[in-house]
Amino acid sequence: MKKGWLLLLLVGILGIAQAQTVKIGLTVSKTGKYNVESVNQLNGIKLWQQWINGQGGIPVGGKKYKVELKYYDDESKAERVQQLYSRLISQDKVDFLISPYSSGLTAKAAIISEQYGKVMVATGAASDSIFKLGYENVYQIYTPASRYLTSTVDMLKAADPSLKKIAVVYEDSKFAKAVATSAREYAKKIGFDVVLFEGYPKSTTDFGPIINKIKASGAEALVGGGHYADGATFARQLFEQKVPLKMIALLVAPASDEFAELGDAAYGVVAPSQWEPLVKYQQNCGPSPAQFTEMYKKAYGKVPAYRAAGGFAAGLILQKAMMDAGSIDSAKVRAALDKMDLTIFFGKIKFSTDPKSHGLQLGHEMVQIQWQKKDGKLVKEIVWPTNAKTSDLIYPIR
Amino acid sequence: MLQIFSSVMDGLLIGLVYGLAAIGLTLIFGVMDVVNLAHGSIIALGMFFLYLFFGAGLHPYLSLVPVAILGFFFGVIVYLIAVKRIISGPPLMSLLSTFSVSMIIIGIGTALWSTSPYNINFKVETYNILGYTVTSARLIAAVAAVLVTFGLYFFLYRTVLGKAVRAVANNREAAELMGIPSQQILAISFGIGTMLAMLSGALIATLFPFTILSGGVYELKSFVASVLGGLGNPTGALLGGIILGLIEGSVAPFIQISWTNVIEFVIFVLILLFFPTGLFGGRK
Repeated sequence: MKKGWLLLLLVGILGIAQAQTVKIGLTVSKTGKYNVESVNQLNGIKLWQQWINGQGGIPVGGKKYKVELKYYDDESKAERVQQLYSRLISQDKVDFLISPYSSGLTAKAAIISEQYGKVMVATGAASDSIFKLGYENVYQIYTPASRYLTSTVDMLKAADPSLKKIAVVYEDSKFAKAVATSAREYAKKIGFDVVLFEGYPKSTTDFGPIINKIKASGAEALVGGGHYADGATFARQLFEQKVPLKMIALLVAPASDEFAELGDAAYGVVAPSQWEPLVKYQQNCGPSPAQFTEMYKKAYGKVPAYRAAGGFAAGLILQKAMMDAGSIDSAKVRAALDKMDLTIFFGKIKFSTDPKSHGLQLGHEMVQIQWQKKDGKLVKEIVWPTNAKTSDLIYPIR
Repeated sequence: MLQIFSSVMDGLLIGLVYGLAAIGLTLIFGVMDVVNLAHGSIIALGMFFLYLFFGAGLHPYLSLVPVAILGFFFGVIVYLIAVKRIISGPPLMSLLSTFSVSMIIIGIGTALWSTSPYNINFKVETYNILGYTVTSARLIAAVAAVLVTFGLYFFLYRTVLGKAVRAVANNREAAELMGIPSQQILAISFGIGTMLAMLSGALIATLFPFTILSGGVYELKSFVASVLGGLGNPTGALLGGIILGLIEGSVAPFIQISWTNVIEFVIFVLILLFFPTGLFGGRK
């Protein structure tokens, strides 16, 4: 009898030794203004957890680590983020961190991760400024705001090297203005003549005055925009006013599916997007874009948006870094992240190692989508970069 | 040159629609000294009524008729419930009361339609006149605004009921002594003011996308236009609207668009200081 108990105890101890876990902590905006986006992102992270645990865990240095996620609701509030990330590190003893959704909240979480020297992979945060503070532990997955429209400008240059005059028109919000400003600098640098650089107020519905200015400026292409409502209205009025632009690229609005409701006004409009389910990247590790999309659909019954893809990508990058490091030690994983240069289903990933911009995403490029017509129906096609595209750019559109 | 011409034309066309909204506000003030803070949300409601009729398959311009009828009765109901009992009280009471109506409309509207933008998606023709591009929607909205204004004048000056409205506006007690049932006249006036606000909202909805919160912008413009034209003076309000539209259009080529509001409100303050009864005189 006594022997039996001992045997059971031994099996138990062995079992524990076998099932190693790595704890990853984050906060999720289950309530508040980022609710929808943040939960989407969490869905992606959870899917990654299921996927890797389904394979027995992350293979690190001959052992397999099961992933355990620890998360709390941050109510979309900065104060909560700071409290909760401290708690995740000091009480829950997590090994690694993933950021909350949004640049604002990530900036707060980054302060904590830096104080405790914990590695944090930032997803859902496109701000550049977080990575200009000399942080050593924070790594960005998204293309930063400063490069949102630069690849659009590259695409335009490739499509029509003779075109010179472009207009940059943006919504007067922090994000859009930052994007537009760096788009202008970049456009000038590669030889465009920025004939109009102008902001419009956030609640603008009448774009008449702006459109008259665009016409008067003689611009042949337009990049800019802001958020959904203004972008959709802008596109509609550009179409109604028959502004002779060869390319129209707007932030955010055309990337969402509702944009098709604009009908003919949507045709030809280009938008940068962090990721699209149809991209054709050749990944070095993890699932292919199609496999990820399929897994996601099976788990949640809908096509993943880029935020969900960003969530999965954050997990995958941490996993790859642990595998490369052969350890779950923070310093070794940090070194592996610094060295990382690979392509996953989400695109290319490479972090800046310059001390002034450490962790800033350098490899990932925005994909450009364009609304095109297939059998008389409006469809989103990926037209840039060339290694991800599903269709050729239609140019000029008018 | 062409740009300035385009800007001025655009400003004129949209200004007529602002003017119509301002007439709705100024009429109610002129007749009963009530500053209707529900004006903006009523404009937004007009947009959504149009959206509902359009959704039911009616052409947007045909939908203006049921929107106008609904607007009139809606106004009468609001008057009877929220304005009638306090009309002789201090001005603050009617301010608070109409503000509450506004909050109720926005609350219900948010629950029904959320605050996301809606669109009236119908076929719009584009005309090119010597390089100036204009859409049929803008032309029709401006023409409709003018027609409704003519209609209002015909009503006020050529019908017995309209004359009664003017009499009550002039001197309620004297009008009552002459046997005019002032309560009914006030209800009718509030109904007409509301109808005009809803019509202007519906016309704006044919041009631009809207949310249940969109009314706020046009409420502000209505205030500025009414004060420009002299509070209580419908013609003044229409002209005020046109001036507002012209300012918006004509300053745009020369400054950053974000500055338009600054210029608009600086002019507003100057008018209040130097022409307290507006450019075209107060109540007539």
